[in-house]
Amino acid sequence: MDTMNQSAEALRFDLGESTVRDLNQYLHHELAASGVRHIEVTNPNGQHNIAVGVDAPVSVDIQGHAGYFVGGMNKQAHITVHGNVGWSVGENIMSGSIRVKGNASECVAASGHGGLVVIEGDASSRCGISMKGCDIVVGGSVGHMSAFMAQAGTLVVCGDADPGLGDSLYEAVIYVRGSIHGLGADAQEEPMSNDDYAKVADLLERAGFDYDLQDFKRVASARSLYHWNADHHQEY
Amino acid sequence: MSKSVYIEPNYTYGDHTLYYIQQAAEHGLYEIRGLGAKRRLPNFDDLTFLTASASRYPLEGYREKCETKTVLGTRFAKNPIELGIPITIAGMSFGALTAQAKDGLGRAAGEMGTSTTTGDGGMTPEERRSSKTLVYQCLPSRYGFNPDDVRQADAIELVIGQGAKPGGGGMLLGQKISPRVARMRTLPEGVDQRSACRHPDWTGSDDLAIKLSELREITDWQVPIYVKIGATRVKNDVKLAVAAGADVVVVDGMQGGTAATQQVFIEHAGIPTLAALRQAVEALEEIDMVGQVQLIISGGIRSGADVAKALAMGADAVSIGQAAMMALGCNARHYHMDGQLVDATEDYAALGTAPGHCHHCHTGRCPVGIATQTPELEKRLDVEWAARRVKNYLQTLNMELTTLARACGKSNVHNLEREDLAALTIEAAAMAKIPLAGTDWIPGAGGY
Repeated sequence: MDTMNQSAEALRFDLGESTVRDLNQYLHHELAASGVRHIEVTNPNGQHNIAVGVDAPVSVDIQGHAGYFVGGMNKQAHITVHGNVGWSVGENIMSGSIRVKGNASECVAASGHGGLVVIEGDASSRCGISMKGCDIVVGGSVGHMSAFMAQAGTLVVCGDADPGLGDSLYEAVIYVRGSIHGLGADAQEEPMSNDDYAKVADLLERAGFDYDLQDFKRVASARSLYHWNADHHQEY
Repeated sequence: MSKSVYIEPNYTYGDHTLYYIQQAAEHGLYEIRGLGAKRRLPNFDDLTFLTASASRYPLEGYREKCETKTVLGTRFAKNPIELGIPITIAGMSFGALTAQAKDGLGRAAGEMGTSTTTGDGGMTPEERRSSKTLVYQCLPSRYGFNPDDVRQADAIELVIGQGAKPGGGGMLLGQKISPRVARMRTLPEGVDQRSACRHPDWTGSDDLAIKLSELREITDWQVPIYVKIGATRVKNDVKLAVAAGADVVVVDGMQGGTAATQQVFIEHAGIPTLAALRQAVEALEEIDMVGQVQLIISGGIRSGADVAKALAMGADAVSIGQAAMMALGCNARHYHMDGQLVDATEDYAALGTAPGHCHHCHTGRCPVGIATQTPELEKRLDVEWAARRVKNYLQTLNMELTTLARACGKSNVHNLEREDLAALTIEAAAMAKIPLAGTDWIPGAGGY
């Protein structure tokens, strides 16, 4: 690692020379007393588990592609990936934000409890699976079974959604601007309210997107699977 | 003169089967219940110890020391877990159990120097406070799972499956989704909550390796990472867990319990603990990882004899769930309140059962206040009284374990070995690969 631009507040980690473990250990320990507020990670080369378990108000810019679980269990930090990411970016995110400039593979923000995850490109299947309160904004389209068993939070899709959207939803809400190629079990399209428009407007602004709010459709749970019923046994 | 009545036994459509068919016909629902398999299965009772005599030298049972210290997680973790006894408390959720029950288990385990385990509902402050050593489960549902609790855990257990329902998820019925349980799981109150059968963020063994690595990174490689599997294709699964980087593998056999799942799962999926243990040990032997990766076996461990036999077969430790609940008072006729024993028989009857036969954990109407979220029922568990009972039970198991070990000439319970055992049935001999008593015969070995 080295300091950038002679600034005590900025630091560069070259993952071509340092290890992911070095980076994570720094983020977990030395960072707190260092006064560093910005970290640039170079040569990530698709490595897994970059910047996981961070609990500090730091911005992390990853210059390149990252593998699985980048930003996993994040608290407070603002992480930007200037490339594509593998599976489960921001899994179990609690707070802070993660922005992916490129595309994301499966299971974006799986089981995320809070914070904001922005995918500027497309996200593959199961985007927002099991989410528990985080917000996700996808600039492009999402793959099948997105928001599967999502419990709380909001998924905004500015492109299209593949089949099985919102399967077995609980209280999470999905907004889709483009085409919905099929809803999952117990998911239904509902009318947009003023609150819905306000929520979408807020998330689009925070994500840096500008779309006509009138194009968005709301998908939420019909709540018919909330109580176990033998007549529904193929739908659980 | 009346005709004599002859009741001919029917082994195909006996009382149990007839009742099952009639219930299915009436309700159109399969049965959901708690606890584990009740059918007759080969188990540790089908083994016996060949204790010392002329050819082996015993230790004095009441005088000579027999070590029980157990260390888990020596492979990668900077801080392996050191336990006073090789008997741990298995994962049981807050939600399935009351916070008081979890508290009681933690206190008892702490007194005995062993660990408890969270469950499918997150970590409660009560159990963290009361548990000296707490294993934090990472389950498919991820209910309540968060990095703060990850960092205050003494070990992480990534749960792939459990013996009562390998390959299946769970169902916590709405009557147990109290406001606190709902809040911890981020669910609406009263909803019938499904627990997923697959993890949300990885699939397959290659992904598992990356997931374990993520957990290690988050915990700075400090604490052991366990992988728990339900016993089905044990050899393959143990090898995959080890290849993925597990410090400890937990194998939960068919007799393992649950708070709620389909009866058809409990009785018709997985393999018995006895067979699972042998396969797990063979897997570690085949990849030369015995001693590097520790093995915990669970599923129907009830007595010190069971513990001793499991260790002799190659386990490093055992884990108990149902038996610990029973020590708390599960299925007892009485509960303890205000210094008095109160008869709960009528409450069992209201559930359509009786003390000793109850498996109605799923209803939330536990007559003894253990598997409930109803405030009035929760009061029936006197935590101090229950913790003392669990501590006594663990102490008894440990005394039985060391008694058998000493009689086998072992100054350390981990020195118990397969040669100390004989099988009493052909099935047990085949599954455990222990010779049938009085013979050198292991069915299947050597082509016979």
